Amino acid sequence: MPRPGNILIVGNGQAGIQLVDSLRKEGHTGPITIIGEETHFPYQRPPLSKDYLAAGTDPAPLPLRAEKFFMDNDVDSRLGAHVTSINRARHTAALADGSTVGYAKLVLATGAANRVLTVPGSRLAGIHGLRTLADAETVHARLGEAKSVVVIGAGFIGLEFAAAARKRGIEVTVLEYADRPMARALSPVMSRWFAQAHRSMGTDLRLGEGIASFENDGAGHVAAAISTTGRRYPADMVLVGIGVIPRTELAEAAGLAVANGITVDTNMRTEDPDIFALGDCANYPSHHAEARTRLESVQNATDQARHTAKSILGTHDPTQGQAYKELPWFWSTQGDLRLQIAGIAQPGDETILRGDPSSGKFSVFCFRNARLTAVESLNHPADHMAARKLLARERSLSPDQAADPGFDFRAHAKEPQPA
Amino acid sequence: MAKVSFHHTDGNVDVLDVDPGTSLMRAAVTNGVAGIAGECGGQAMCATCHVYVRPEYLDGLPEISDDEDEMLDCTADPRDDERSRLGCQLKAGESFDDIEVDVPGSQV
Repeated sequence: MPRPGNILIVGNGQAGIQLVDSLRKEGHTGPITIIGEETHFPYQRPPLSKDYLAAGTDPAPLPLRAEKFFMDNDVDSRLGAHVTSINRARHTAALADGSTVGYAKLVLATGAANRVLTVPGSRLAGIHGLRTLADAETVHARLGEAKSVVVIGAGFIGLEFAAAARKRGIEVTVLEYADRPMARALSPVMSRWFAQAHRSMGTDLRLGEGIASFENDGAGHVAAAISTTGRRYPADMVLVGIGVIPRTELAEAAGLAVANGITVDTNMRTEDPDIFALGDCANYPSHHAEARTRLESVQNATDQARHTAKSILGTHDPTQGQAYKELPWFWSTQGDLRLQIAGIAQPGDETILRGDPSSGKFSVFCFRNARLTAVESLNHPADHMAARKLLARERSLSPDQAADPGFDFRAHAKEPQPA
Repeated sequence: MAKVSFHHTDGNVDVLDVDPGTSLMRAAVTNGVAGIAGECGGQAMCATCHVYVRPEYLDGLPEISDDEDEMLDCTADPRDDERSRLGCQLKAGESFDDIEVDVPGSQV
């Protein structure tokens, strides 16, 4: 039997690394090549905007796997390497150093890039994004001297950063163009609760107020942020967290379909049967959202990697079906606030409060046509985990049950048959 | 340095020397101990660093927080009321000096 062909993975983030792991676990004995743009050994990103920013000793990134992982699994891992183009006919990828790598199967796990600001002054020193370890090292170092920071964008990254900066006693202003924070991800009721919570931490959260320009201190460093309402906010540091753009350029240049991410089917396969895409860069038919979706999360990356390995090797359990159906879930920690989300809500979903928001521990249950779509939990992992169990099995509860404090949600989620 | 022993279901044992302040999860992930995932990066959000602490090391461990308690109810392998902990919540030098744990068969 010929040796199985090379599986080439572009991108060594959470998705790419999990895929290596899963390919070996699923029995792939042939070569694997994985290519990462950063020179640093693959690491976990989520802590970079949270624990990593705390004051104190030098923080260390958490690796995705041990250094011996690549040796033990006989993987050709290339760091600081860039794939510049794909030749689908020849089944090769060209690298920036002039070399080419052949593949039997190609996987694009290219992730996303931070959206960048284009307002006047956006390139001044002292204005930072936060995505890579290099970003986090810079931000961590600057935070030690910062007195007042302005955060552009009240999304997860911006608010995680804001909470970390407030813990250090730094003055924080957050400018958000929308009328509520994390508007894309959260129900209005949870979103507004977070707005109040951040104000209680001492953050000046300015809603309905975007960034218009940055003021130069005369030496090329940012001195202030000028908002769309004309207000001036002095800043010795600015953190930009205005979302990401999927890295689709390789796929696009190779003639693959791209629409808010690389278009894949429920097997994470592109229209080219030998090319797959997964994680932040992939737009897939979401079973739970009942629509095409592109998600940015650890769960999405790792679960899709486990699925992609089976798709590539043809090892799906026939009794489970071959379509990717894992339930999406997310988390964010902002200071002492722990937010967990199970499922995918849509704008306009009916929301039911469970628990008392003033206690700092409660959940928001989201319903569409009286069917549970998502649960947002604040400092309430039990609700979150019960919701994951329930939603993964495509079961629901009634809005009245959700609102009833006497209803045993955990027990309901464990029931094997629909009640 | 604390000595940490991870006992696997197949009888193999990984023994690590761990710096003070380092969590069981971080030590396991950094050193490639099989069966400990730590997908959330140590935030007690994913329950994929579940371990069973051997009884003789249970004394002196920190109390289980409400968050950890609720996550432990949802581990892939069943919770042991006495011995189950999340590895990310146990730190060398703070939670234990030396410790031995059993690694569950599955985390996901």
